[in-house]
Amino acid sequence: MPIPRLRLTVAAMTAATVTLSGCGAADGSAPDPSPGSAQGADDQAASVEVADAWVKAATEEDGMTGVFGTLDNTGEQEATVTAADAGDVAGLVELHEVATGEDGNPAMQEKEGGFPVGGGAAHTLEPGGDHIMLMELGRDLEPGEEIAVELEFADGSALEFTAPVKDYEGANENYQEGGGDGGHEGHGEDGGDDEYGEGMDH
Amino acid sequence: MVRRDGPDDPDASGGPDDPGGTGGPADPARPGLTRRRLFRGGAAAGLGAGAFMGAAALGERLLTPSRPAEKEPLHGGRTVPYHGSRQAGVETPPQAHARFVAVDLKKDVDAEGVRRLLRLLSDDTAKLTQGDPALADSEPELAGVPARLTVTFGFGAGLVERVDPGAVPAWLAPLPEFSRDRLAPEWSGGDLLLQICADDPLTVAHAARMLGKDVRAFGAVRWAQEGFRRSYGSQPEGTTMRNLMGQVDGTNNPAPGSEDFERLVWIGDEGPEWLRGGTGLVLRRIAMDLDAWDRLDRPGREEAVGRRLSDGAPLTGTREHDEPDFTAATPLGFPKIAEFAHIRRARSDDPDERFFRRGYNYEAASGDGADSAGLIFAAYQADAVRQFVPIQRRLDDLDLLNEWVVAIGSAVFAVPPGHGEGGFIGEGLFAP
Repeated sequence: MPIPRLRLTVAAMTAATVTLSGCGAADGSAPDPSPGSAQGADDQAASVEVADAWVKAATEEDGMTGVFGTLDNTGEQEATVTAADAGDVAGLVELHEVATGEDGNPAMQEKEGGFPVGGGAAHTLEPGGDHIMLMELGRDLEPGEEIAVELEFADGSALEFTAPVKDYEGANENYQEGGGDGGHEGHGEDGGDDEYGEGMDH
Repeated sequence: MVRRDGPDDPDASGGPDDPGGTGGPADPARPGLTRRRLFRGGAAAGLGAGAFMGAAALGERLLTPSRPAEKEPLHGGRTVPYHGSRQAGVETPPQAHARFVAVDLKKDVDAEGVRRLLRLLSDDTAKLTQGDPALADSEPELAGVPARLTVTFGFGAGLVERVDPGAVPAWLAPLPEFSRDRLAPEWSGGDLLLQICADDPLTVAHAARMLGKDVRAFGAVRWAQEGFRRSYGSQPEGTTMRNLMGQVDGTNNPAPGSEDFERLVWIGDEGPEWLRGGTGLVLRRIAMDLDAWDRLDRPGREEAVGRRLSDGAPLTGTREHDEPDFTAATPLGFPKIAEFAHIRRARSDDPDERFFRRGYNYEAASGDGADSAGLIFAAYQADAVRQFVPIQRRLDDLDLLNEWVVAIGSAVFAVPPGHGEGGFIGEGLFAP
């Protein structure tokens, strides 16, 4: 309950407004906003709530991070998340899964078909599993700040939610490829006393 | 009727001690629970007559013939509300375990950083205290036993200054020097305090771990102190605690909910707006020289305090809560409660010079040094300078207990009021 289930907007969002530059998801499974699927109480976004959402803290230099939480579908029909957007925060957003790679180790990869959430069911986005991948970070994402994320569904409807940034040591498998430096250093770097106020020595 | 009564007594149920006569297998939920065990447990715990009878009555109730055997209720699921106008963990009946963690903020944490930190801490505390995992909880299974978990936040002057330098109350500063103090910096000061209390030590550890992860991007632990009382359920709630010197400690506390408590502890209209509904905390680490205390006989120990060890009654009374008679004299003309006795020195003629104590014992199991055992002395009052300092001055001037105890740590924190859902702790500090 302290992290409210955010259903801020069911913004009318068409494929044309999705700006996922160079994102394979946008090309491969671009939503088809057929005229019949106008935004309304029965669109997919309206039946989904995002609970306990959070973003792993990362620096611009890290370049990428994950968004996690639970997608609760309170409707009867399946809803499928096909894309996501985080505005200026990330130049590229993809829907990822973690699967066993050819070398036998877990590796992240784009999830074909997005995240389907059955009617009355929940889909968990968690470290080591499905997650929303923020790439080409435009700035540092600092613990405690709120990041706005927009989900796009197969019928073209959209749902915006906000997720606080958390300092988190795990979720490193997500950074094994494309990041260059492999792995992600957490915050909380142990600097010298000069990181702190004069209180340390009195 | 001679019976084995070890913890595994297989005859605990269905035997002569079981008037219920269920004759069935022992209830696994209360192995070996016999009337005599209850008596014995009460006596072993050193309870007074009243409590002893309480245990007996409990035995009657549990063993009433017409009552089918039922499981003892578990208390791990008990919760204390987090949201509210006042923070929990002050009036809350003291839980068995406590950890006090003081944090130094990094230099570059500004008002906005403080706000982000406090929001993270508030949101996770709201979840953990109700038995839910923290956000991104790495061990969510550990969160399911709240056991009356409370987390009480205190702000040092260093935190308040980052947000609003004009908002620091005069008393939010290190206490004035006392001649007998031997304060160590590693037990003193701090920008932010987390007072984490629960009836289960694993619950305390998990909350401290999760909240510590919220903190680490903003600061580092300056000190942490762990304390304990009797386990939950081993004594009736409301029993005054005993410290490691064996003394009944805290008899003269104002009663939570009373008019006295309201006036002495909670900050009202006279305080800064952001602190109304809050309080102030003086936290002192008081080391006890138990080896030296061992050399003192029982009458000497009682004279040092002015109370009986057996039940905490003043040397002029018969029951713990009897009012001490400081004028009573022995046949030889000496005061019955000595001039140097702790309870005489700790009492002021000014009824406003009082505070509320909610302390915990500490012990370093491996320690043999000066800091191997003692008391985490936690005093709550609206104005530490007006209420706490005069009393400590009196004790610093004269108190026979000073022979065996010494303060080695000291810190003062402002405890802001509580907040509602959607808000965060200390939000009033950020008001425009």
